Amino acid sequence: MSKSDILARIRNSLIDVTQDDPVLDVPVDWQYGQATAVAEPIELFIERVIDYKATVVRAASEKDVPRLVAEGLAQAQATSLVVPAGVDPAWVAQAAQAGVELVQDDPPLSHQRLNEISAVITASVVGMAETGTIALDHRGDQGRRELSLVPDMHVCVIRTDQIVTDVPQAMARLAPSLRQHQPVTWISGPSATSDIELSRVEGVHGPRTLHVIVVG
Amino acid sequence: MTTTALPHPTRRLTPAPPPGDLLDTPKFPKSVKRYLGNSQLRANLRHATGTIRAKRARVTAELSNWEQLRQAGEAIKNRTARHLDVYLEQLEANLIANGAQVHWASTAAEANRIVVDLVKAKGVSEVVKVKSMVTQEIELNEALEAAGVAAWETDLAELIVQLGHDRPSHILVPAIHRNRSEVREIFLQEMKLYGRAAPKDLSDNPPDLAGAARAHLREKFMRAKVGISGANFMVADSGTLVVVESEGNGRMCLTLPETLISVVGIEKTVPTLEDLEVFLQLLPRSSTGERMNPYTSMWTGVTPGDGPQEVHVVLVDNGRTKVLADPIGRQALRCIRCSACMNICPVYERVGGHAYGSVYPGPIGAILTPQLRGTASAIDQSLPYASSLCGACADVCPVRIPIPELLVHMRHRVVEERKRKHPGLERTIMKVGGWIMGRGSRFGAVEKLAGKARGILRKDKLGPMPWPASPWTNARDLPLPPAQSFRDWWKSGQADNPFVSSQPAEEARP
Amino acid sequence: MSASSQKVVALFATCISDLMYPNTPKAVVALLERLGCRVEFPTAQTCCGQMFTNTGYYPEALGSVRAYVRAFSKYEHIVAPSGSCVGSVREQHPMLAASSRDKGLQRAVEEVVARTWDITEFLTDVLQVEDVGAYFPHKVTYHPTCHSVRVAKVGDRPYRLLNKVRGLTLLPLEDSDQCCGFGGTFSIKNPDMSTAMATAKARHVANSGAEYLVTADNACLMNIGGVLSRGRSGVKTIHLAEILATTEPEE
Repeated sequence: MSKSDILARIRNSLIDVTQDDPVLDVPVDWQYGQATAVAEPIELFIERVIDYKATVVRAASEKDVPRLVAEGLAQAQATSLVVPAGVDPAWVAQAAQAGVELVQDDPPLSHQRLNEISAVITASVVGMAETGTIALDHRGDQGRRELSLVPDMHVCVIRTDQIVTDVPQAMARLAPSLRQHQPVTWISGPSATSDIELSRVEGVHGPRTLHVIVVG
Repeated sequence: MTTTALPHPTRRLTPAPPPGDLLDTPKFPKSVKRYLGNSQLRANLRHATGTIRAKRARVTAELSNWEQLRQAGEAIKNRTARHLDVYLEQLEANLIANGAQVHWASTAAEANRIVVDLVKAKGVSEVVKVKSMVTQEIELNEALEAAGVAAWETDLAELIVQLGHDRPSHILVPAIHRNRSEVREIFLQEMKLYGRAAPKDLSDNPPDLAGAARAHLREKFMRAKVGISGANFMVADSGTLVVVESEGNGRMCLTLPETLISVVGIEKTVPTLEDLEVFLQLLPRSSTGERMNPYTSMWTGVTPGDGPQEVHVVLVDNGRTKVLADPIGRQALRCIRCSACMNICPVYERVGGHAYGSVYPGPIGAILTPQLRGTASAIDQSLPYASSLCGACADVCPVRIPIPELLVHMRHRVVEERKRKHPGLERTIMKVGGWIMGRGSRFGAVEKLAGKARGILRKDKLGPMPWPASPWTNARDLPLPPAQSFRDWWKSGQADNPFVSSQPAEEARP
Repeated sequence: MSASSQKVVALFATCISDLMYPNTPKAVVALLERLGCRVEFPTAQTCCGQMFTNTGYYPEALGSVRAYVRAFSKYEHIVAPSGSCVGSVREQHPMLAASSRDKGLQRAVEEVVARTWDITEFLTDVLQVEDVGAYFPHKVTYHPTCHSVRVAKVGDRPYRLLNKVRGLTLLPLEDSDQCCGFGGTFSIKNPDMSTAMATAKARHVANSGAEYLVTADNACLMNIGGVLSRGRSGVKTIHLAEILATTEPEE
């Protein structure tokens, strides 16, 4: 059995370790889940997301979201939009009136069908100011992972109360979702590569347009 | 650049890698001679490493607690390594509880057999892959090819390497040795043989090249039934795997196929979910020099209704438990494969990754590879010496691996192992030298002798000389010692110190 | 300064300076005496043993470690004009002593290591001087050698000392933090790589416009100087201690 072989080899290799408690054996001098010193997290978040060549618009309140969704889609000339089941129908009402075809993921869309749809709209769970990162935990208002991956445009709505300073605070917010076995995706700008001569190119396999609506 | 012609396009399912085994790579100094001569390669590398160095320096300086993060990263990885058995069992239990199937592989061959069997059981002839170092280490693609399964690399650089019948030369940017016109050439020649052709009017603009890769791979993603990945981290206390990437090809492979097989080295384990907050700051800033990489995927076994419904994790040893047995050498297992050490390395910068004869090149490769593979081959014996010990790598390592210290340690291991087999000239020189330096009087006597060289040769420096002086004198003059050493001057009463009369003795130096 | 408060400094000349560049330790003697110290040169000293250690020959390096202990154990201040040799004493001697399993040697090494200084550290930290009264009316550029910076960790001390030298113009050096490619036996075992690195360094030095290349380490200076000399660049090399020891000629 390779499992028992490997574990036996590990134990043989670690004969110098005499303290059985890992935490006592190697202390880690780190305060987990702390906020970092960021003066204006929301402004910084927006600045950093824009830095990645995403587009960011601000909604003063939830009421502005339908208009901003419609405008964003129109700008990108998106003609169809996947709407996960938990997304507030009000968000997409104006876009629908403007002629954008709304597509539900029920029954689940095939890869091919999804590949023909221009855009997807999702909510999000947390935003990280320092890094300009948005995290999804793929619950009802964000949909399964594939929905926010295959269409070429991702419209992402985030509330200001979801924006935290940095990675540690975000991890603290996301840990419960992960412990409930939800998958989590971190998104920092549109898909990108630097594989050719280290020159950054936005848009390879993931959505080439990331349109972020900050509410509040 | 010309790509090697495909020898048997009908027999192989994927482009053939270059012939030969990495282990047969000549010893490092020989390869250096070869690659130093390639000025295009040097220009490509210099440009790329220079760019990424500057980016790394900028984004790491942004964080006021960068040093604390490094220390935390070091400690967490040490904690994991020193209790790896406990964490692996915890990881396995959590993976199984969440619907994943866990496999253990002692060797590369065993890992390949497990993956091949899993893929064959699905009845597919093609898989899509996320960039993964460990699958390169075990040469999984060739094992799948031999079993009649085409394994497609989907990371842009890996695709360039695969289509170019080439080997990766960098762990983060595997095609760092290629420039845009070489990439264009490869895409035009090869894409059409394996799927959607590159547009005939393809330019060498990076966005156009990336666009060709997007179109070429999209059809493969759409139909793939099995995805193969590695993982940057495996979280023991939750069973969560993490893949950090940029292009979205990782997300494609991790979510679209029905079956996902993740092949991961056992040292990739971290104890808790909270520990990720340390590594997800250290890794992107150290590797691509960004505040955050575009995409990070975390998944925990099977999520009903979302992504692959059959999830396997293959835990690979392949020499890692051997590395663990050396308390100094095991520090190399902290590596999170960021590549900062190779980007900063003045040696790597001049020859690139191929000279190292290992999937792990650069400073980390020079300490990790001879530990994983042993030091039987010429290349593995020479790797610990492939460094001037300048220490730039240790400064940038996000988990504070003291690479120069490990290089010296590995040199000692090489010397000790060689000593048992054949002593050799070098050891004799070192023994004599060690004896001389054991007493001040002996060194003094040698100095007296050396001081006669100028008088005998009637010059104060040597120009080009035959071996054994040639390695030095081919490019630089070698000064000869002055007639009187400092020791002699001191003993003879310290007369006429040139600095006491304020006359700099600059003329004394040839 | 009274005789009782006078600092007695043991000079660790280092093998390369002792044999090849005796002016450097002479400069250290002149400089430290000018600053009120009494300098001694224990003749039992040899070298730091780095050429053995860094090539993987630990037992062969132990003779140097023992010689170092024998020569310097009784001194309160041990000063060397080389960040690399000081770094080796600090970082490698304890490791080598441990590998010998000689407890007495381990203790002796531990004590002597704590009293070993690079000349730049000794000036700024122990004597607490930056202006040592030097005069050097030339354009110079400084290469911060790898082991001074990363092993001995002398930081910006050499720059602070150079900036106080009267008449001196310090010119910037491109890619100054890059290794010159010496690396001890690296220059023999990987000659082509070493040469490529040394050539690049020499090119930056030549482009700096300086008359002198300064380092605080003669090994690197020998390496870069060898290329400068072969290329007839006209740039001279000089150890930092020699600049600091040079004063304005009296009329």
